[in-house]
Amino acid sequence: MSRFAAAFAKPRPALVAFITGGDGDTAANLDALVAGGADVIELGMPFTDPMADGPAIQAANLRSLAKGTTTADIFGYAAAFRSRHPDTPLVLMGYANPMTVRGGDWFAAECAKAGVDGVICVDIPSEEDAEIGPALRAAGVDLIRLATPTTDAARLPDVLNGASGFLYYVSVAGITGQQQAAQTSIDTAVARLKAETALPVAVGFGVRTAEQAAQIAKVADGVVVGSAFIDIIAEHGDAAAPHVEAFTRTLADAIHGAKEIAA
Amino acid sequence: MTHTPNSLRTQPDARGHFGQFGGRYVAETLMPLILDLERHYRAAQADPAFRAEFDYLLKHYVGRPSPLWFAERLTNELGGAKIYLKREDLNHTGAHKINNCIGQILLAKRMGKTRIIAETGAGQHGVATATVAALFGLPCTIFMGAVDVARQQPNVFRMKLLGAEVVAVESGAKTLKDAMNEALRHWVANVHDTFYIIGTVAGPHPYPELVRDFQSVIGDEAKAQILEAEGRLPDMLIAPVGGGSNAIGLFHPFLDDAEVEIVGVEAAGEGLDGKHAASLAGGRPGILHGNKTYLLQDEDGQITEAHSISAGLDYPGIGPEHSWLHDIGRVRYQPVTDAEALASFQKLTKLEGIIPALESAHAIAAAERIAPTLGKDKIIIVNCSGRGDKDIFTVADALGVAL
Repeated sequence: MSRFAAAFAKPRPALVAFITGGDGDTAANLDALVAGGADVIELGMPFTDPMADGPAIQAANLRSLAKGTTTADIFGYAAAFRSRHPDTPLVLMGYANPMTVRGGDWFAAECAKAGVDGVICVDIPSEEDAEIGPALRAAGVDLIRLATPTTDAARLPDVLNGASGFLYYVSVAGITGQQQAAQTSIDTAVARLKAETALPVAVGFGVRTAEQAAQIAKVADGVVVGSAFIDIIAEHGDAAAPHVEAFTRTLADAIHGAKEIAA
Repeated sequence: MTHTPNSLRTQPDARGHFGQFGGRYVAETLMPLILDLERHYRAAQADPAFRAEFDYLLKHYVGRPSPLWFAERLTNELGGAKIYLKREDLNHTGAHKINNCIGQILLAKRMGKTRIIAETGAGQHGVATATVAALFGLPCTIFMGAVDVARQQPNVFRMKLLGAEVVAVESGAKTLKDAMNEALRHWVANVHDTFYIIGTVAGPHPYPELVRDFQSVIGDEAKAQILEAEGRLPDMLIAPVGGGSNAIGLFHPFLDDAEVEIVGVEAAGEGLDGKHAASLAGGRPGILHGNKTYLLQDEDGQITEAHSISAGLDYPGIGPEHSWLHDIGRVRYQPVTDAEALASFQKLTKLEGIIPALESAHAIAAAERIAPTLGKDKIIIVNCSGRGDKDIFTVADALGVAL
């Protein structure tokens, strides 16, 4: 069983936690996420032009790059994480240019070598899958696709074709960390997606509190939280790990218990 | 229009690729909208009423056709090929940008969109967009890098007078690239009612194609005008290239005329070994802002900052069709520095009484370099893509003159 399958096979929704690589003490923050109870980790690859991100993650990208973070550093964080945490699924999330600049094959091979389970590329839709999809599949790395409120029924099969690991539902048409989607729209969308795919569905964008996360966890297989962690790292810098762990625990408790409360 | 089997004018393919370049590298949220835009554009292309309204507005509102001016004093000074200037600077709003804006706002209207957004560098595209938004009574927001806002104050004021909201973008280097990022972020959050009027032949398919088609009026007119004036096609075309919309507009109708040599001029800033904006001369293929094209970037694929004295050329990429024309060798791209452009800005002003935009001055500089090497029986058409009134503060500053 893959690490994703194992993480989503637990009889409770999963907390999917995002931080930007190279922003703050990345190794310590990754450990804090696991210690706090995160089920899946997304490690952001910094990019100069994070077009889909709101102010919090934009700033994290620029802080990381200003410190000189390279792609080699990101794979270094990933490989070290894998040796410390053999069972926690790890996703690299980022933009097309840093992922494809040395070729999709190179990137996929590095992912496999570093023990990365999946990749989310914001600006490679299914139409441009050839850029990276075949290489990832050949290397045994899952390509996690995004579905959005604008992904209509006609288009959804294209999005699902070639998707694996889990499906990431972007709950708002917008950028990261901004407005929150109405819960009813999330309920409807998740039901629609789950009717079309056996993949676990994780919901993200704009989820900042344990209360929101618990609401979403009642219907989804996973809840993605990113900008709220980034804010903690922005505030506490290299000493953020204990704060990251505490917030992770709050979120994890809310998400893991959501379906029991509902039942 | 008929194309020969080996035509260079049939790009892009059905998926928006010019060879390996172009494509649709956008977030999933935007993808359905991009596909919808393409469907509406195909319908518009097939609708004679769309073309008729476009032509009407170009003639009676923009003031087309723009003249093709024989620059006799410049020609005599250089002592070589005859130089003609395609006078896009005489268009309403002072540059070629309005041609595309007219086409796109007609598309926005067809699609039932009620808000307009755009990015701008020098402010020419922002002014042109604010202008058509005023004409059609649609609210309009222009994203402009904070550095460009500071160096292009007259255009910022024009946009505000035209009723547009101007958002000063504070991220990154605060220039055109960052303005485009912010416009994309805004668009992704407002896709239901907002039309994004992209100002150049870049971005996700179908933008590079439709912007080219709207700008091709430049080359179509120039072809007819030079045939009338000289009875034959020119030997060479020269145009400045940032994103490259004025250049592709002039070049495209001539791509299959093998006897016409074509030169695009990139902004070499302080020189190719210093800070510059020459993506073809100094960059590599990569993915940014929805398309694959030559980009200024480091070995990790991080985008590096461009520099040019011309705000309109200050962009680390180039339209994907230019990347393709560069790779197949149909168009030759040459760098021109800030200093060369400044000298040509002054020379054209003094010799012809035409103050060119700094963007256009780059093409004049290339013509100054090339014309003397050609015989007097040769003909060059240079795209005077815009007027330079907007640049007088930048030029005064560069020349050490306090206004």
